[in-house]
Amino acid sequence: MQPVELPDKIHVGPVIDQGHSLASVSDKVAGIVLKRKVTLGWVFGLLLSFAILQNLMAGATWLIIKGVGVWGINIPVGWGFAIINFVWWIGIGHAGTLISAILLLLNQSWRNAINRFAEAMTLFAVMCAGMFPVLHTGRPWLAYWLLPYPNTMALWPQFRSPLLWDVFAVTTYLTISAVFWYVGLIPDLATLRDTAKTPGLRRTYGLLAMGWRNSARHWQRYEKASLLLAGLATPLVVSVHTVVSFDFAVSIIPGWHTTIFPPYFVAGAIYSGFAMVLTLMIPVRRFYGLDDIITLRHLNNMAKVTLATALIVAYGYTMEAFFGYFSADTYEKFMIWNRMTGPYAVFYWCLILCNIITPQFLWSKKIRTSPGILWIISIIVNIGMWLERFVIVVTSLHRDFLPSSWGMYWPTVWDWAVYTGTLGMFMTLIFLFVRVLPMITIFELRMLLPDATVKEPVAQ
Amino acid sequence: MSEQSNPLNLEVIQKQLEKAKGPTYWRSLDELLAKDGFQDYLHREFPRQAGEWLDDDGRRNFLKIMGASLALAGLSACTKQPTEYIMPYVVEPEKAVAGKPLFYATAFPVSGIANPVLVETHEFRPTKVEGNPEHPASLGAADAVTQASVLGLYDPDRLQTINYLGEVRSYPSFLSSFLAALDKQKAKNGAGIRILTETVTSPTLFAQFQDVLKLYPGAKWYQWEPTGHGRSAGAQLAFGQPLNAIYKFDQADVVLAIDSNFLGCGPGSVRYSRDFAAKRTVRDSAAGQNRFYSVESTPSSTGSKADHRQAMKPSEIAAFVRSLASAVSGSGAGTSKFLQAVVKDLQAARGKSIVIAGDDQSPEVHALVHYINQVLDNNGKTVLFTAPLEQKPADQWADIHALAQDLNSGQVDLLLILGGNPVYTAPPELNMRGAIQMAKLRVRLGLYDDETSEVCQWLVPETHTFEQWGDAPAYDGTISIMQPLIAPLYGGKSSYEMLAAFTETPDKSGYQIVRDYWSTEHTGADYDMWWKRSIHDGFVKDSALPAVTAVAKLTAPQPSASSASGYEVSFHSDPYVLDGRYANNAWLQELPRPVTRLTWDNAVILSPKTAADLKVESEDRVEVALHGNSVQGAVWILPGHPNDSIGLSLGFGRRRCGRAGNGAGFDVYPLRSATSPYFAKGAKVTPLGEKFRLAATQHHFSMEGRDPVRTGTLDELKKDPFVIQKESETAPKGLTIYPQEWQYKGYAWGMAVDLTSCNGCNACVVACQAENNIAVVGKEQVLNGREMHWIRIDRYYKGSEHDPEMFFQPVACVHCENAPCEVVCPVAATEHDQEGLNNMVYNRCVGTRYCSNNCPYKVRRFNFLLFTDWETESLKLQRNPDVTVRSRGVMEKCTYCIQRINYAKITAEKEDRRVKDGEIVPACAATCPSQAIAFGDLNDPTSTVSKWKTAKTNYSLLGELNTRPRTTYLADIRNPNPELSTGEES
Repeated sequence: MQPVELPDKIHVGPVIDQGHSLASVSDKVAGIVLKRKVTLGWVFGLLLSFAILQNLMAGATWLIIKGVGVWGINIPVGWGFAIINFVWWIGIGHAGTLISAILLLLNQSWRNAINRFAEAMTLFAVMCAGMFPVLHTGRPWLAYWLLPYPNTMALWPQFRSPLLWDVFAVTTYLTISAVFWYVGLIPDLATLRDTAKTPGLRRTYGLLAMGWRNSARHWQRYEKASLLLAGLATPLVVSVHTVVSFDFAVSIIPGWHTTIFPPYFVAGAIYSGFAMVLTLMIPVRRFYGLDDIITLRHLNNMAKVTLATALIVAYGYTMEAFFGYFSADTYEKFMIWNRMTGPYAVFYWCLILCNIITPQFLWSKKIRTSPGILWIISIIVNIGMWLERFVIVVTSLHRDFLPSSWGMYWPTVWDWAVYTGTLGMFMTLIFLFVRVLPMITIFELRMLLPDATVKEPVAQ
Repeated sequence: MSEQSNPLNLEVIQKQLEKAKGPTYWRSLDELLAKDGFQDYLHREFPRQAGEWLDDDGRRNFLKIMGASLALAGLSACTKQPTEYIMPYVVEPEKAVAGKPLFYATAFPVSGIANPVLVETHEFRPTKVEGNPEHPASLGAADAVTQASVLGLYDPDRLQTINYLGEVRSYPSFLSSFLAALDKQKAKNGAGIRILTETVTSPTLFAQFQDVLKLYPGAKWYQWEPTGHGRSAGAQLAFGQPLNAIYKFDQADVVLAIDSNFLGCGPGSVRYSRDFAAKRTVRDSAAGQNRFYSVESTPSSTGSKADHRQAMKPSEIAAFVRSLASAVSGSGAGTSKFLQAVVKDLQAARGKSIVIAGDDQSPEVHALVHYINQVLDNNGKTVLFTAPLEQKPADQWADIHALAQDLNSGQVDLLLILGGNPVYTAPPELNMRGAIQMAKLRVRLGLYDDETSEVCQWLVPETHTFEQWGDAPAYDGTISIMQPLIAPLYGGKSSYEMLAAFTETPDKSGYQIVRDYWSTEHTGADYDMWWKRSIHDGFVKDSALPAVTAVAKLTAPQPSASSASGYEVSFHSDPYVLDGRYANNAWLQELPRPVTRLTWDNAVILSPKTAADLKVESEDRVEVALHGNSVQGAVWILPGHPNDSIGLSLGFGRRRCGRAGNGAGFDVYPLRSATSPYFAKGAKVTPLGEKFRLAATQHHFSMEGRDPVRTGTLDELKKDPFVIQKESETAPKGLTIYPQEWQYKGYAWGMAVDLTSCNGCNACVVACQAENNIAVVGKEQVLNGREMHWIRIDRYYKGSEHDPEMFFQPVACVHCENAPCEVVCPVAATEHDQEGLNNMVYNRCVGTRYCSNNCPYKVRRFNFLLFTDWETESLKLQRNPDVTVRSRGVMEKCTYCIQRINYAKITAEKEDRRVKDGEIVPACAATCPSQAIAFGDLNDPTSTVSKWKTAKTNYSLLGELNTRPRTTYLADIRNPNPELSTGEES
């Protein structure tokens, strides 16, 4: 593979800074895991995240003891935080898959520095997401009935239900993401095995590396497997959130029942995913001194993707509002009007502010290359995307067809407990990940270096 | 370890057990257990055994003994059963077939007026009441309060033991103390005896009272109920004698209600609803319709049916009625357009109109109304008069004053309070709480340990109506002899049995008392037959009181109440807990009030304008002060309420009635003095700057231009019969992506609801709750929007905020043929069946709530928490064994009473025939007083429901969504007076 040094002016700097050699890259990335001392900051961060994770423990325990009624859901708003968070987390996951699969197929070499991290993020986000559909059922201990398993009652799930499609989509997604991530880790685990000083670590990483010996045959198979998995994962980028959007689009509720949902959800997912990558990468890059590996070029590129998806999402909002009006359907018209002016209007306008107005700053190259500002924007986008799901789930349900059954939804402390708990879980996993696994794909980075290109004299 | 401290070890036990085989095994184990030290050994825990760890042998021993003790701990559960003889069900009790309900006729009297019922019993547990179809007061229907009676029976908070000053005593010990006190009274002719009852209508009880008073001529018997006095006092004023009025709404073309909720509560309301609906319902353009005017001091369900409704301050009503009286007598209707129109209509329908005054109206208004009916030639035609239903008509305000006076003067040695709750309901100026304590011996027969019981020494639990013998007249005087359906759950005595103690027959059973009394009334030789017949039928044949003729005189104007400035307060009894007597009935507490939609609370009802004047909003707490007394409550703004007037309902703010009623709402009685019991002037309202959340089940009252309730006028319908159906298009059949179109070759169940008939009384809601084991959720959960009622009555407004038209619409699962819920359930827990029912499979439901989200009618109900009470034993007895009791985490909804459908289908199949029309009646339709619900087979073109559905007013709710609902609605058709264009009143 050629080192990517496109001479054009649209790119900001190189994908990897000058002065790195094959050895220095390996040392630097592997060193974070093997040599770097456990810092107080990391311990504090982990403990804090772990403490927040206890919210999930408490929230889920109480939920299972008492029932979903500890949340703020009711009739008419039968879905609340659980589904909002589910969609939000699943969406966040999408960036990882996009980076690792689609960008791989498109030969975008700048992805090499961020794909491992993004994939890990995907995995953790899907884990967080996956809990909600189970917890939100009235009888979570029976949630396995959604799986098509053979049973004496000869009962199958109901295949017309989008929730069932969800089960397939999300479990497939989790499986592929995990396999893809792990396969990608193997060469680096071998590097760690080879670099590790203590026998314990050598053995652990050795086991995980599954006998990787860097042989040409291994590499050949690895490349093939990577491509195949990328090929498998690529449709998932589109399909998972499309299926998630079917939960809404297949229903008849005004505000849900709309054909624009699948593309709009996919764009939104990538949007929030890139925002989350930025949210995580910017501090990591700073704390671990990775400015030379995760360069401004990366931030710039990710900001561009964020801006592009923001525009797609903005188009989605506009079309939703336009067709609400254009349909001349009483319920649709009312729905969009209620979103803009009803009791939850503040959420709607915050969402517009976060998701449409804020990313417009990314037109500026200066902002795209200022990590601090970019970080703030990425957090605002994350909040905005959460609000989007809130607006879709709650404002559509709370006032549907018959005015007599209209109601309101407000989360309870237990809604927040479970939500913040998954944030804690996500952060705990991220903290552990950056300590025990190479957060950057070492071998792929090496490929970006000039040294990687072996200039052999033509054998003659 | 010494042998003594551990006499048994594993070896010993093993040896003992080895010896034992078969039956002896058990005996030897018994022996083993009986041995000294064995229990000690079994219960020994680690601390003492820990010593055994020290030496190796001891450790092993310890482990062995641990094993043995675990094994034996299991065995020790197998204690020997005592010798008891059980009876096989070889010879079953007469007619009792396990699994098949039996129906017994009886009556549920409210304020002495019998509501005739059939009580469904399962294995001798009353589970549900239905109206008595043979009885003229019911014709099969029952109101909400009667439907809820069965919960009152099983109320776990009922007084369960005889108490003396808080200590549990036996009935004999009560009797000895009571009879000793009576003995002392003999010398003074009973001058120290006072008996306080509620209104007595029971002939038997009255005969007993006469006996008591004969025996103790000095004794005094007082009656007290806080509401409903206007009726009898008004008749007294108009006719010079207390008469009972009966109305024939099925013969009235024009009806004017003066603050009357005659469709909602009061004597005869069930029958009146039916008669009224018969005159009102319009299913085709050829039909006629009555015209209904209502003048109200607070919006009621009855008033909402009016073609023209006039909100009026309570103080203006008497003046209005007076001017009406002079207008119908021909002296001009003044300038009021409304009055002119009413008078014109009433005069045009002489002899075919009714003017009726409400229970919360003063005697003066009642008297005037009698006079007006007389002038209009209605008396004797649409309004009949009979002798009073009360056995001893009395001015109860005078009675309660006299009692207070007697008590305060210290003359009362023995006070017996039979029922009622005077401490809570008596006028505040009497200080009944203190006065009662002046009596030396205070005996209370009551269902609850309530506010009055608190100040009595002896508390005797009263039997519930369904536990006792008794008799009571219905609104027309038809006597019901009440039979018990279950032995008293908590011991308990009836009023009859208590009174028997006076006449030295304390052991006489209620059965003997009632039977003996009627043997003196019905003296024929066929007495046994007559008695059986009467009990079986639930009423004494032809016992309705004969109509009498009486001449009403125009009463002179009463001096008007003080013209104090300030707001007016009108007092109303709550439609469900009434004067507070049913405050502990959770079904009634959680039943949304028809107009306010409030549950679990009363409120300070204000009109939107008055609220704006006071700068308060709904749920703001205010203090209402009146003549030195004050109460605090939360405001509820109610469109259609008269301005500058405050509506307060009685019956809330109970302190001692049980877990459901305690603390629900606020007590209004402190404002209600005997001088102004119906309304009062000069109230002050002070906002307290606090909020108090009120649990309403409906928050949006405008139809938002969607017309879920389609309305029209008779004239419009006559001009264009299709005016209702033109309003929307319905999707063509077959518009679905799924290939399977159901064929419905056998039965196709369907329902139709006539919105013209429905008056929002909520009887269907309680009937459904009783039939289908629907849980009560409590105020907090209602606030969270989690009420469980399978059928709800939506109430919408049309028109201005100040004078809106109101519409009711009962909505339950409409059983869509293209049900949106069915396709989205991931586990197939809600499924279509071949008869078109949308079935809910509770076992299969995992609770994703997707079905509810996707239900455009939002009729699905979810068990967000464990709402069903699995703990309280008495409540378990009430549950219908034919319906699954749902637990936490599952969805539920209306099933069209599938248990009744299947019962009828099985019966029909056994008899090799199809189910006949009318054989299946869901609980809601069965109890509906105005017969607004029809149910049956749509494949049978002759069925009632099929015929209803051919009406030109029939429409599908949200039919444009292609849900193809099986329940359809018949539009609310009204008959406004063209001379009164809406929204313009003078």
